[in-house]
Amino acid sequence: MSGKKFFGEGIPGIDPSGLKGVFIVVEGADCSGRTTQVDLLRSHLERQGHAVADVGLRRSVLVSKELEVAKNAREISPRTLSLFYATDFADQLENKIIPALQAGYIVIADRYFYTLMARDVVRGADEEWLRSVYGIALAPDVVFFLKTNPQVLVERTFAKYGTFTYWESGMDLHISRQWYPCFIGYQRRLNAQFALIGKRHNFIFINGNRSVAAVSRELCRRVDEFMAQIHK
Amino acid sequence: MPLDRKTGSELPGKLIVVEGIDGSGKSTQVHLLKRWLELEGHKVYFSEWNSAPIIRPAIRRGKKKLLLSPLTFSLIHAIDFSDRYERQILPLLQAGYIVLCDRYIYTAFARDATRGCDPQWVRKLYGFAVVPDITFFFNVPLEVAIGRILKGRPKLKYHEAGMDLNLSTDPVESFKIFQKMIHEKYLAMATEFNFQVIDALQEIENQQIKVRQVVSETINLDAFKSKTRRSENVG
Repeated sequence: MSGKKFFGEGIPGIDPSGLKGVFIVVEGADCSGRTTQVDLLRSHLERQGHAVADVGLRRSVLVSKELEVAKNAREISPRTLSLFYATDFADQLENKIIPALQAGYIVIADRYFYTLMARDVVRGADEEWLRSVYGIALAPDVVFFLKTNPQVLVERTFAKYGTFTYWESGMDLHISRQWYPCFIGYQRRLNAQFALIGKRHNFIFINGNRSVAAVSRELCRRVDEFMAQIHK
Repeated sequence: MPLDRKTGSELPGKLIVVEGIDGSGKSTQVHLLKRWLELEGHKVYFSEWNSAPIIRPAIRRGKKKLLLSPLTFSLIHAIDFSDRYERQILPLLQAGYIVLCDRYIYTAFARDATRGCDPQWVRKLYGFAVVPDITFFFNVPLEVAIGRILKGRPKLKYHEAGMDLNLSTDPVESFKIFQKMIHEKYLAMATEFNFQVIDALQEIENQQIKVRQVVSETINLDAFKSKTRRSENVG
């Protein structure tokens, strides 16, 4: 699919309009079923004969190791952590997403910089600064957001981990001294932030409260519709 | 586009920055400035480009294994700067210190733009950093700086020589072209950012006299006396 563009200044030396493949982003909270859905979508597309590459956050060769340490270091400043994620993001954009698109792949991103923005903005980050940093980002062709109620996320979190996790409960925000109100409060704030970001970036919202099969049917159908539309 | 940059004027501390190409002698000068201020009993903190432990291994590995693009080269150095800025430079300016920086945002402006990053993007990336009270720019003819570096070093490092820009296959030749490009970027910034230009061809002592004179004239040094008296500790 041609006609791609960067949100801002983009990457030195890359002309986005020459990128052939299709760039799909799937966003959603932790335990929204996002990764499961990405796997199912990948199979669905490969069954149709498309070459698919998937990417995610915190998987760069360059800084993922240091980022893991930084994430859990109390001495790190929020801005520095934002820049860690931006570096990780840039490395994967340049070395995975762009080359795959050049080769005509469908790239499915399991979360994109929208997550990084939302998480930082609910923590009081300077949104304008973040947006200017992510002027390097390539605009996806389509973004799906799995919208899931915090209560449903609680059930899935316990099914998966058997406990709340520190970051996904937003414990650093000190909304309450108890875990449950922290988790619910944090996930609500994230959803509200994603609603704003989604409006600005034309997200397609999918009800993530349903069964894996039901969500997958809708996601695959919508991707098929999108593919049919661009190949018209 | 003018940046809506905070000036440091409302902070109690003072920020002094040294900039210049490799071999301009700026590190020697900032060291002497630091020693003078310390020995006079002032509250001083010194911070150096590319020195934050949290990111150093990644930078070293990235350079060694050639994993860095112009973009990630820029961002990974912004991590280093942000870590030092948020945890040391800014808090100590708030605490009323004289903070000295060997290289500051202008190094990134010059280098990253030379590597092909969008200059406005780089400026916005560092948009959170306060403007220094004094920025010394050590101006030296290119041949002199290059001569100093080449004399002291058996082999130039890959990125130091700008080999990633494909300017030349010969490291020395590449280094010369790269340094020239950076030098030009500095000169273009000198007026815009009000650099105090120091003639770095002068004797070390004479340059230092000039540096101390500018500092004394710009900053009321008496306001920065340390309250913990060193002599009591030393005995």
